[in-house]
This record gives sequence, structure tokens and C-alpha cells, in this order.
Amino acid sequence: MATHEGVSAHAHTAPTGFLWKYVFSLDHKVIGIQYYFLALLSVFVGMALSLLMRLHLVWPAMKLPFIPGGIMKPEQYLALVTMHGTIMVFMVLTTAPQSGFGNYFLPIEIGAEDMAFPILNMLSFWTTFVSLLVILAAFFVEGGAPIAGWTSYPPLSAVGDASGPGEGLGQTLWVIGLAIFCLASLIGALNFITTTVDLRCKGMSLMRMPLTVWAWLVTAILGLLAFGVLLAACGLLLLDRLAGTSFFIPGGLVFTDTVMTAHEGGSPLLWQHLFWFFGHPEVYIAILPGMGVTSHILSNFSRKPVFGYRAMVAAICGIGFLGFCVWGHHMFVSGMSPYSGFAFSLLTMTIGVPSAIKTFNWLGTLWGGKITFTCAMLFALGFVSLFVTGGLSGLFLAQPTLDLYFHDTFFVVAHFHFVMGVAAIFGIFGGTYFWYPKMFGRMLNEGIGKVHFWLTFVGVYCIFMPMHFLGLVGRPRRYADLSGVNFLAPLHNVEYFISIAAFITIGAQFIFLFNFLYCLKWGKKAEENPWRGTTLEWSIPSPPPFDNFAGRHVQVYRGAYEFSVPGASQDFIPQDAVPEKEGGIH
Amino acid sequence: MTSRMNETAPDGAERTASPGCAKRIASNQRGSTAPAAMLALVIVVMTAITVYIFLKKIWWFPPSITDEGAQFDAQFLRTLVITGVIFVAAQLGLALALFRYRDRGQRVRYFEGNNTMEIIWTLATLVLFVGLGIYAEKAWASVHFVDASPSALPIEVTGQQFAWNFRYAGPDGVFGRTRPDLVSASTGNAVGVDPADPAGKDDIISPGEIVVPAGRQVDLILKSLDVTHSFFVRELRLKQDAVPGMTIHLHFTANTTGTYEVACAELCGLGHYKMRATMMVVSEADFEKWLQEQEAANQ
Repeated sequence: MATHEGVSAHAHTAPTGFLWKYVFSLDHKVIGIQYYFLALLSVFVGMALSLLMRLHLVWPAMKLPFIPGGIMKPEQYLALVTMHGTIMVFMVLTTAPQSGFGNYFLPIEIGAEDMAFPILNMLSFWTTFVSLLVILAAFFVEGGAPIAGWTSYPPLSAVGDASGPGEGLGQTLWVIGLAIFCLASLIGALNFITTTVDLRCKGMSLMRMPLTVWAWLVTAILGLLAFGVLLAACGLLLLDRLAGTSFFIPGGLVFTDTVMTAHEGGSPLLWQHLFWFFGHPEVYIAILPGMGVTSHILSNFSRKPVFGYRAMVAAICGIGFLGFCVWGHHMFVSGMSPYSGFAFSLLTMTIGVPSAIKTFNWLGTLWGGKITFTCAMLFALGFVSLFVTGGLSGLFLAQPTLDLYFHDTFFVVAHFHFVMGVAAIFGIFGGTYFWYPKMFGRMLNEGIGKVHFWLTFVGVYCIFMPMHFLGLVGRPRRYADLSGVNFLAPLHNVEYFISIAAFITIGAQFIFLFNFLYCLKWGKKAEENPWRGTTLEWSIPSPPPFDNFAGRHVQVYRGAYEFSVPGASQDFIPQDAVPEKEGGIH
Repeated sequence: MTSRMNETAPDGAERTASPGCAKRIASNQRGSTAPAAMLALVIVVMTAITVYIFLKKIWWFPPSITDEGAQFDAQFLRTLVITGVIFVAAQLGLALALFRYRDRGQRVRYFEGNNTMEIIWTLATLVLFVGLGIYAEKAWASVHFVDASPSALPIEVTGQQFAWNFRYAGPDGVFGRTRPDLVSASTGNAVGVDPADPAGKDDIISPGEIVVPAGRQVDLILKSLDVTHSFFVRELRLKQDAVPGMTIHLHFTANTTGTYEVACAELCGLGHYKMRATMMVVSEADFEKWLQEQEAANQ
């Protein structure tokens, strides 16, 4: 550690004063919790938006709360669709798993006192917070929130309110908010990579790092390379909207019989390439930390090492690398060259391979183990089931022939909700039930947590499995009203079923929220290592002191998952346990 | 419990039983059997219901009406069988693993991995997935790698917020020039045909309804006036974005007469949900009759 003393900005003295301790804290643990609470707030906002959508779809004449005028208009529905996707993808799935848990536990799990750049860390949180405010502000300006979806394709999103309500100031705020989010993410990614490369304690070789750390590292690399492209795309879109440029807008567009003469020569496909070059790595950013947490938890509660640790590392790296090579599978019917489609298709089928390896290895981790069903373990097991379901539907969508039918249908909605909207969320829940004792010094109530798990696990299957069948029938996405399409009439019962399941499942999340908030103050006090884990976070108090290891010299002697090692005195060996002189523990 | 003693772990090492193995630790067993059984049951039931719905085709595609559509259906079934087998195997494998190895006080079988198995299932997955992908390209190629035949019937499809308009070239077989500044819904010039171009005089505009002859290849020419739309007919198993600034071709040969819905499949604004058209596939004779009626109306 001696070589890294100059790096830490907080010079070994704890901060004093409310502002420095809880608001502008430089402590990675406080910042991690801040990100987590931002995600918690955002997920409830996102769920509220989707609940309004589901209620409107099956009861279109119902007067709904929060909707100006009561009865939802089509543009309001599309605004909800847009903001639901935006808030969930960016403010929940890109924050909690990486910036939330990663910030908190990456330094601890590698034996460091803090991140490499604590001031940048603090700034990246507050920048993210500002971006959330800017995006949410779109709801409250004239014209309301944008209606172009979280994917914001031009020309719909580029020509201002000529293309529809919400496309004026609301869309501009959305683009600016997103650009600010990109800046925050880029800074955060730099921090994560530098910390992992530079601040590992003695003995913490790359192949002894927990899989959570590998996941956070590769996710950060993805973020560093992808968010720059999104930032550029947002910049170009803003220029088109405000400065009369034509990156994405071709000439001769006609809106209400009037030719738009201000733009010429742009390409709508350019946006799609830029957006999806970011957008595909983004979904791996959303899922990789959850995969890392799942491996971590499955190993812990099976009392067995992760099966095939090296293969798991290779799979994480493979998913990360291939994630940059497949963006065109979002564009099979876009007018892009069909030969490119062929290439992207094969690469996309290939990315199923590392995902399959991870699934086999999760089963291998369970096999022969001794499984206890804590809430964390239930969510990790649920993750595996949900990821299998979501991943397999991807095999259909990866084939351009099949995508000719399924593109922009609810089959796609089913696919991405299973992998992102549920599996990744289960990764967050698993991480929460697992790490809450360490973060807050208290145990969550396991009984209440189990109710939360069962309602949620059954609930999400009830919501999203039927969407595959909607897709088979050809139900298009982003339709504000289903009544006019004859071929959708037989699906009405399915839509009802989904809406009711959504209502119940969203309600179940309040059980989680109650458990979370109640136990902050009144939960049973947590000991240092309630789960008998091996990684470094379990070798420090709950919650940890300001500088994590209280100044002690940290050294690790073995890999991260030494459970049930034959000949050992107990069924786990902490990474930093000094090796016994006799017995030869490897 | 006796069968578990002296077993061989996958990496070949012997594991000898400890004396405690045969004794069930009652509290652990009671504690983990209920959640294990419940979770395994939920997974098994979910898997069974899903397979049932797919097998019984409770919600399914409409019948396809083209040869390319039949290729789609075949490739879909191929993919469904493969993913279905993997789905059932993985979900049941998970249910089995979590139930069988619930904590009953047993000894843990320690193994860190198995390189042979890793290589086998990696290669098997790679061959299967990439093989499936390559096989799918045949159908893709027949739609997109070959152009429409020169004798195909060209029909121009123009999307706009929020309607589809279809244009036929008329007896001269040539589409007249269009100009965006001439687009005028109120005077019936939906796609902006230039009156100065004689080739456009016999063009037939059909708002909201596309009529095609069965058995003859059709070459759709997709355009958009304003934002990106997408032309989707389920029975054709075809979808193609209509992008402003681009002219995109899509060909098919319908073989079954009937009336089919055209739905917009790319978010195009507040009226996206109501941007629809009708496709009528008629006999060659009926199509000629329809054309003549349209030409007469043009005069």
C-alpha cells in the first residue's frame, strides 16, 4: 500500500460535518449508497410509468392519476414509453449494479482504501444526479416529455415539434440530460479501471479477484468505449435540433404539406449506427455486474468454489469484446446493407456461446454443493432461470430472417425485459440482500424478503412470458391504442393478464421498500461475516470504518472462492487468512 | 444416503464419506427442503406451461402466404425445437441441482471445474448456434440478396404521418417524377406527383389499400415523406423500414388470395398506432379488372 499513499485524496482522516460526510463525500462507500438511492428512487418512478401504460392499454377510458386531463392521449402514452425506458436503462440498470455496488465494493474487494480518484467519484455522482433532474424536467415543460422512445430515432427526434408534441423542448432536455449522463459515466469508468489496475493489495493477482470485480472492470471498459460514442451522437442530434445542421436529417421532408427546407443530406441510419454502437455494449453493462454478483452468491451459498473460474473470466471478457461487434442486429430491417446483416447475425449467434458457458458453470457451481436458501441465494437462482429464458429468445432475434417478423413486436419487448428488466434487476436484488448487512450494519428481514422474492419471481414470469406469444401473433411495439387493429382483438385477455400481473408485482416491490427502510433503523445488528464469505468485504466490520481496513496491511493468499476445501478446519477460507504452516492449503 | 459414499467427483478424485454423512441434520433438512421444493416446483411448472402453449400453438402466427414465408416458418420451427430443448434442459437442470443439493447436512463435493466439459459444451454450443445462424441465411438471402425479377410488378409504397399511400405506374409502366413541395393531401396529390412529367399522368394512387395479384412477383419500393416508418404484413413474414431520403426495395410473391392488415412497425409519432393499410391479394383476373377501374377513374 505504501506506493499508493499519494493517490488517495482523503489522507487517512475521516471527514467532519454533514455536508462532507453525507452530501459531497469523497468516500466511495457513501457515493455507492448515493447511487443506490438514486437508482431506488428511479426504479419506483419507472415502475409507476409502466403501470400507467399497462392500465391505459386495457382500460383506455379510465381516468388516471398524474395524467393532465385524466384520460391518456396517445402522445402521453408515448411519453411514458420513452421515459420508462430511459429512466430504467440509464438511472437504474447503469447505476445500481455498477456505480452503486461497484463503487461500494470494488475497492474493498481488492483491498484498497478508496477509489483512485475520490473527487472525480463524487463529481460523477452529482453529475448523474443533475442528468436525472434534467431528464425528469422534460415532463414539466410545454409539450411534455419526448415521444420518440428511449432510442430517439431521427428524423422524429431531430426536427423539433414539427414531428409531434413533446418533440420540442422536452426532447431537447432529454438529449442534454443524456449527454450529461454520458460525461458522468465516462468519469466513473476511468475511476473503476484505474482503481482495479493500480490499487490491488499485495497478493491480489488478477486471477484471485472475485468475479464481481472482473465484471465491474470489464463493464467499466465497455462504458469508457461506448459512452463517448453516445455523447457524440447526442451532440450531433442537438446540433441538428438547435443549430440547423443535417447529420441525421435528409432533405425534402414534408410535414403537414409543408416542405422542410432547413435541412439536407443527413442520414437517419447514421444515428442508428451511433446509438446502437453504444446501445449494445450498454445492455452488457447492465447485465455483466449481475452475472458477477450471481456467481459470487451462488458460490457462497452452495459452499463451493465457482465452477470454472478461468472460463468465467474468459466468458466475461468474451461477452465484453463481442458486445462491440453486434450492434447491427438492431438494424436488420433498417435499410442497412443485408450483407452487413448477415455478418452481424453470425457474430450475434456467437455471443450466445460465452453466455451459455456462464450458465453451465452456474449449474456446475450448484452441483454437489450444500445449498441454503437465503433471500440473496433465491434471487441469484432466479437470475439463472430468467437469464436462460431471456437469452434463448435472443437466438430468434439474432437471425435476420426471423427478425423480419419479430422486429418491433412484443417478442423483442419480452426478450429485453427478461434479460434487463428482470434478470439484471434480480442481480441488484441479490446484491442488496447479500450486501445490505455490510453496508448498513443491519440484517434485512429474511421472512419479508422471501415474500418479496416469491411474488416477484412468479410475477415477472406472468408479466413477460406472455409477451412472447403477443409477439408471435405480431403485436407491434409502442401502440398507444390496440382497439383499431383487427388481428390484436384475440389478444385482449392476454393484455389483461399482463396488466394485472404487473399491478401485483409492482405492489410487491413496496414490501421490499418497507423491509429496506425499516431495517435501516430497526433491523437486527449484523456481524462482520454473516454469510461466512471468503472475500475481503467480510473481513471488516459492518458497516466498515471510513478507510475500510482501519489502516491495517491487507494481503491475500488465495483465490476468491475457497469453500469446502478438503482438509480445511472450516468450510471456507477467507482470502486474507494467513496460510497454516502445515496442511498445505493452496 | 449410502449411494453417496465413496462416489467419484467429475474430476476423477475419490471422496470418502465422513461418519456424519449418514446422519441427516434435521434442522438443516427441514429448513432447506421447503424453499428448494417450492423453487424447483415453480420453475418446473413455468417450463411446462410454456412448452404446452408453444406445442398447442395457442397463440400463433397467421398462416403465411408466400414461399419465402414458408421458409421463415421452417426456420422458426428449427429454432424453436433447438431453443426449446435447451430451455427445458437448462430450467429442469437448475431445478434438479437446487433441489438435489439443498442443505441436508451432506458433505460438499469439492471441485473447481472440469476442463474437458468446458471444451465440450463450448464447442457444442458454438457449432449449434453458428450452424443455426448459417442455416438461416438461406431464407434471408432469398429475400434480400437477390433483386426482384425484371418482370415483377413494381408498387411504390409511401409512408407518412399517419397513412400509407400506394402508387402503381399505370399502363406506361413508368412512375412519374415526384417533388416534395407538390405533396398535398387536400388536393389528392398524396405523394407529390409532378404534373409536368407526362409519365406520371397515368399513375394510379391508391390511398390506404394495396392490391396485388396472386402468383406474380411484386417489387415494393418503400419511401417516406417525413419520419421513419415500417411496412409490416404478418402473412408475408416481411417487414421493412421506410426511411426518408432512401428508396428501399422489397419483393415477394403472394400465393393465397385474401385481405391482410398492414401495420406500421416503427415508432413514427403520436398516430403510430393508427397508421394502417389493407393489402388485398386477388387473382390475376381480378387484379386486371381493378387496374382498369383505377385507370378509368384517372381519366
